[in-house]
Amino acid sequence: MTAQRPKIRLRGLSKAFGEKKVLDGVDLDIRAGHGMVILGGSGSGKSVTIKCILGLITPDAGSIEVDGQDVLAMSRREREALADRIGMLFQNGALFDSLPVWENVCFKLLAQKRITRAKARDKAAEVLAQVGLAASVGDLSPAELSGGMQKRVGLARAIAAEPDIIFFDEPTTGLDPIMGAVIDGLIVDVVKRLGATAVSITHDMASARRIGDDAAMLHKGRIVWTGPAATLGETGNAMVDQFARGDREGPIQMELRR
Amino acid sequence: MDLLLNPVAAIGRAVLGACRTVGAVALFALEGVSHLLRPPFYGRLFLRHLAEIAYFSLPVVALTAVFTGMVLALQSYTGFARFNAEGAVANVVVLSITRELGPVLAGLMVAGRIGAAFAAEIGTMRVTDQIDALTTLSTNPMKYLVAPRLLAGVVALPFLVVVADILGVMGGWLIGTTKLGFGSAGYLKATFDFLEVMDVVSGLVKAAVFGFVITLMGCWCGYQSKGGAQGVGAATTTAVVSASILILALDYVLTEMFFAR
Ligand SMILES: Nc1ncnc2c1ncn2[C@@H]1O[C@H](COP(=O)(O)OP(=O)(O)O)[C@@H](O)[C@H]1O
Ligand SMILES: [Mg+2]
Repeated sequence: MTAQRPKIRLRGLSKAFGEKKVLDGVDLDIRAGHGMVILGGSGSGKSVTIKCILGLITPDAGSIEVDGQDVLAMSRREREALADRIGMLFQNGALFDSLPVWENVCFKLLAQKRITRAKARDKAAEVLAQVGLAASVGDLSPAELSGGMQKRVGLARAIAAEPDIIFFDEPTTGLDPIMGAVIDGLIVDVVKRLGATAVSITHDMASARRIGDDAAMLHKGRIVWTGPAATLGETGNAMVDQFARGDREGPIQMELRR
Repeated sequence: MDLLLNPVAAIGRAVLGACRTVGAVALFALEGVSHLLRPPFYGRLFLRHLAEIAYFSLPVVALTAVFTGMVLALQSYTGFARFNAEGAVANVVVLSITRELGPVLAGLMVAGRIGAAFAAEIGTMRVTDQIDALTTLSTNPMKYLVAPRLLAGVVALPFLVVVADILGVMGGWLIGTTKLGFGSAGYLKATFDFLEVMDVVSGLVKAAVFGFVITLMGCWCGYQSKGGAQGVGAATTTAVVSASILILALDYVLTEMFFAR
């Protein structure tokens, strides 16, 4: 893990919204071509962390390196070039509801002028097939889809441009366990096929073990543990084990109103 | 001492906040316009917004203009009859409509329809991460969402005002000929004899400015919205109210620029 340069390296990443410190010095290395799972309670700043890497939120302090290059020092053009190689599945899908599914799926390819509109429908059908959806879904509007189908369309949109880094923000949250497992399977398949580096956020331990090689736990704005995802639940770290088992008692105290 | 200074501090804060907002809106507008000069261009979106503003606002603007022309004819007739100046009715109607009421009323109507629609649409995209999604999909949201809307507003409003001008004059003519005893040809002759090119042009310039302001406030408020459905609702209200006030304030400024001697 130390021999190879990490694909993504975060150092001292900090971000506060007003008075509220969300990230307080996040250090994390993400190995190229592997799956990293970020765990943490709701509101612990997992989404903020990946939005920082994507350039959607500017951190207050710290550094972000992708392939050894300092992202925060990049020119706008370099950043756009980097964004071209990254795919993102948003927590709530974030599908464009003014566009049919096929245009959603091929949006990035069309934006980059890598295909023509005439060819986009066929391409969309191809990508939809990879996530187990029929070509006819392409003509529907996102509002007509069930939650599971929306996740799959979001996944199709994230992978259509064949990125080499993919972020998945809670890909299985809100789905039934079987559909969750199906989505996990799709994620593992596409990541392997593309040879991509995958960063996933999840609360679901079964899902974390399925899609992650490595895991990291975010708590109170810092990474408190990293290790192999396979050991989740018996890591020996009291916080991680409590989180994995879902115990009420332990080092993590829910901040309920007292 | 504190009691004395607190209101001053509050006023100071409010003024500073207002300046910051004005500056931020101006930068936002500049960025939006700058994207109109650099490819890629979204012609398809421009046409869609153009239809949304120009075509679908036609009924509202047309009705407003007709009734306004009719009321103007009636009111100015009663007023001018006291000075035996009934002959000026056609003149008053056409000048009021082209210079003022056409652009202002069309602007206010479109502010209600389009300012609200744009703020709601963009605001929803903001709170559901769709704007962030655009960025991750190799698309600049300012270029994709804001620039085509601004251009559509600037093009659509003058078109609507031409329609409003014509229908407003027709409304006045209708009342003038049916109720007030003017001859049809005489009324129209009086209308065009006094009308100068500048009257119409100033109205169209105002319309273009109002179109920009309406779409700008819709986009800006939508872009800034946060906090779910309630935030989007608040953004919608702010867009309509601020656009309406700006229209009336800018109308004064532009009138001053065009006609003050
Ligand atoms: N744009 C923002 N403005 C203000 N606060 C934010 C913003 N984005 C996130 N937050 C706050 O940061 C905290 C972490 O959010 P998030 O990263 O979305 O949590 P999660 O770990 O569940 O993904 C939350 O308390 C949220 O309210
Ligand atoms: Mg989140």
